[in-house]
Amino acid sequence: MAKQPAAVVGVGQTHHRAQRADVSMAGLCREAIDRALADAGMTLDDIDAIVVGKAPDLFEGVMMPELFLAESLGAAGKPLLRVHTAGSVGGSTAIVAASLVQSGVHKRVLTVAYEKQSESNAMWALSVPVPFNMPVHAGAGGYFAPHVRSYIRRSGAPTHVGAIVAAKDRTNALKNPYAHLREAKTVEQVLASQMLWDPIRYDETCPSSDGACALVIVDEDTAAASPNPAWIHGTVMRSEATTAAERDQVNPQASRDAAAALFKQAGITSPIDEIDAAEIYVPFSWFEPMWLESLGFAEEGGGWKLTESGATAMDGRIPVNCSGGVMSSNPIGASGMLRFGEAALQVRGAAGEHQVDGARKALGHAYGGGSQFFAMWVVGADKPTS
Amino acid sequence: MSRTLSAPVTVAFDYTRSTGPVLGRFLTGLRDGVVVAGRTSDGHVVVPPPEYDPVTHAALEDFVEVSSEGTVTSWTWVPEPVKHQPFDRPFAFALVTLDGATRPLLHALDVSSPDEVSTGMRVRIRWAEERVGAITDIACFEPSDSPAPDPAAPLGAPAGAVDPVTGIVVPVSLDYTYAASPEESAFYRGLAEGRILGQRCPSCGKVYVPPRAACPSDGTPTAEEVELSQTGTVTTFCIVNVPFLGQRITPPYVSAYVLLDGADIAFLHLILDCPADEVRMGMRVKAVWKPREEWGTTIENISHFAPTGDPDADFDTYKHHL
Repeated sequence: MAKQPAAVVGVGQTHHRAQRADVSMAGLCREAIDRALADAGMTLDDIDAIVVGKAPDLFEGVMMPELFLAESLGAAGKPLLRVHTAGSVGGSTAIVAASLVQSGVHKRVLTVAYEKQSESNAMWALSVPVPFNMPVHAGAGGYFAPHVRSYIRRSGAPTHVGAIVAAKDRTNALKNPYAHLREAKTVEQVLASQMLWDPIRYDETCPSSDGACALVIVDEDTAAASPNPAWIHGTVMRSEATTAAERDQVNPQASRDAAAALFKQAGITSPIDEIDAAEIYVPFSWFEPMWLESLGFAEEGGGWKLTESGATAMDGRIPVNCSGGVMSSNPIGASGMLRFGEAALQVRGAAGEHQVDGARKALGHAYGGGSQFFAMWVVGADKPTS
Repeated sequence: MSRTLSAPVTVAFDYTRSTGPVLGRFLTGLRDGVVVAGRTSDGHVVVPPPEYDPVTHAALEDFVEVSSEGTVTSWTWVPEPVKHQPFDRPFAFALVTLDGATRPLLHALDVSSPDEVSTGMRVRIRWAEERVGAITDIACFEPSDSPAPDPAAPLGAPAGAVDPVTGIVVPVSLDYTYAASPEESAFYRGLAEGRILGQRCPSCGKVYVPPRAACPSDGTPTAEEVELSQTGTVTTFCIVNVPFLGQRITPPYVSAYVLLDGADIAFLHLILDCPADEVRMGMRVKAVWKPREEWGTTIENISHFAPTGDPDADFDTYKHHL
């Protein structure tokens, strides 16, 4: 049996901040959920099932969010699932929710992803020393910086390209009222910021945020009542071993395979010509050109040229992260779902000041672990034909 | 000798929790010596108050103070208390429905034997001597017919406590045993003899260091031991300039992927004996060991890697390891 059509009819997110001391974790989730439900014109009573995702357990010291959040999420008496794929979890949680509708099991599914980074310290959580091993780990930045260096060497990119991305994303965030960091940045300012994990500078890293995102995903009949559903044209998840001999850590096989499968599903043959807006998971600025290549928007070694030419700016050929992206708001557990939700907002014409005029198809992307988990979707303003 | 090496690990962190307005109100009440319940739309009075109404799902806003006395509705006996439980002597956990509430609260009941507890018995809160806005402000429950505390703990807000409770600290400490696999154990024991041991996958022929129990690419169990060279090539690296909680090496330091000659995968180690800004991709390096008397079964026996002074490796020789 073919997949049933499914669409996003509600998108909600919190005001992301370094610390949301005013709300509990449940309150943070409900802030996003209540906005998504209001957007969808629904209440929790209309929802058939709930899918929740969050960042790795040590990040907040919460092992079973589904257990302690069930009542607050309105899940009593309903199926409640938890998804767990490290930093990509927001994306894969949305995909699991979508699959419950596409399979015909449920008609109206609510999905929420969150993180309250202020309750702990992700840098600490990612660097707990392991006996017998060398304690050289230094958080996510320390993990990814060597691979960024490899990209720069392999592609021959000029060293200021990372700063172009950072300045663009931070400045884009000025048009997003929910963004955590809302500050205009110039390339020069970024280049002048402190080198944290050489070659990654302070202004080229994402912030640590408290925040949540929620989506309402529904079947074809329910979507008929929505003035602007974002139809799901394709979803994909792929994973691979974190360490394997000769594994490509700059452009992982799982990422390339996922993109190829996604665009085939969505009937897209030239992503750069057919995608109108992309929300790509870029926690460190250099990942924009890296993922542009991996996703097929540019040839290998050409991602930085696209970025440098201004093509990824809001008025460019392929606008990337008009919301300000992960570089401006990073509640890790929610960051992937924010990409998926922002893509939906674009094709619904509901992205406000950071709307790309006339966007019809958009990409939402997330990755996690040591570039090991990938989750992506394509959403469109039109119902898919196949 | 055990086949595998193991070592204790403690992962500890003082997590915080923003309480939000509802639980904050409950904890503020405890600090001030009163129990605040929530009235839900189905007519129940619930302690602690739920953040959201179970029927309407609306944020709970109807609060009511209930008594510090109540009735045991169910209980269980704890004959052998474990660390961090309310008492270090046998006690009961009880569900207590406070007068004025309709739903029970779970807490400890201080009695000396299971014969002294029964469903339906009357109990009252024994307040902690110092109340700070936490569930432990209720030290426990005690039978209502036990003698009143002397002197009676003064209730009301502690001196100086005027702001509502908005957050609590929740220290978590996990003690567990880290067990290395048999293959890793062989690697660490090799290090204790000054040798670097890897394993070759019988299917794809790749040499892994440290060895895995199975090849990550094809899942084949690995067995053939390979002793590796003590020299290798820096494939890529980063310079860590950022200090962080729990860090064991003082920044700045170079964390580098070192591809040992004869290995098919690089591993992370430290580069020293040259300025950080002179470390390069392709730099040839050699293992520098700590004094032998400091060795254990750990990769830290290798203090760091240092430049050999040889010409850099050609990019083509290691580019497929990036």
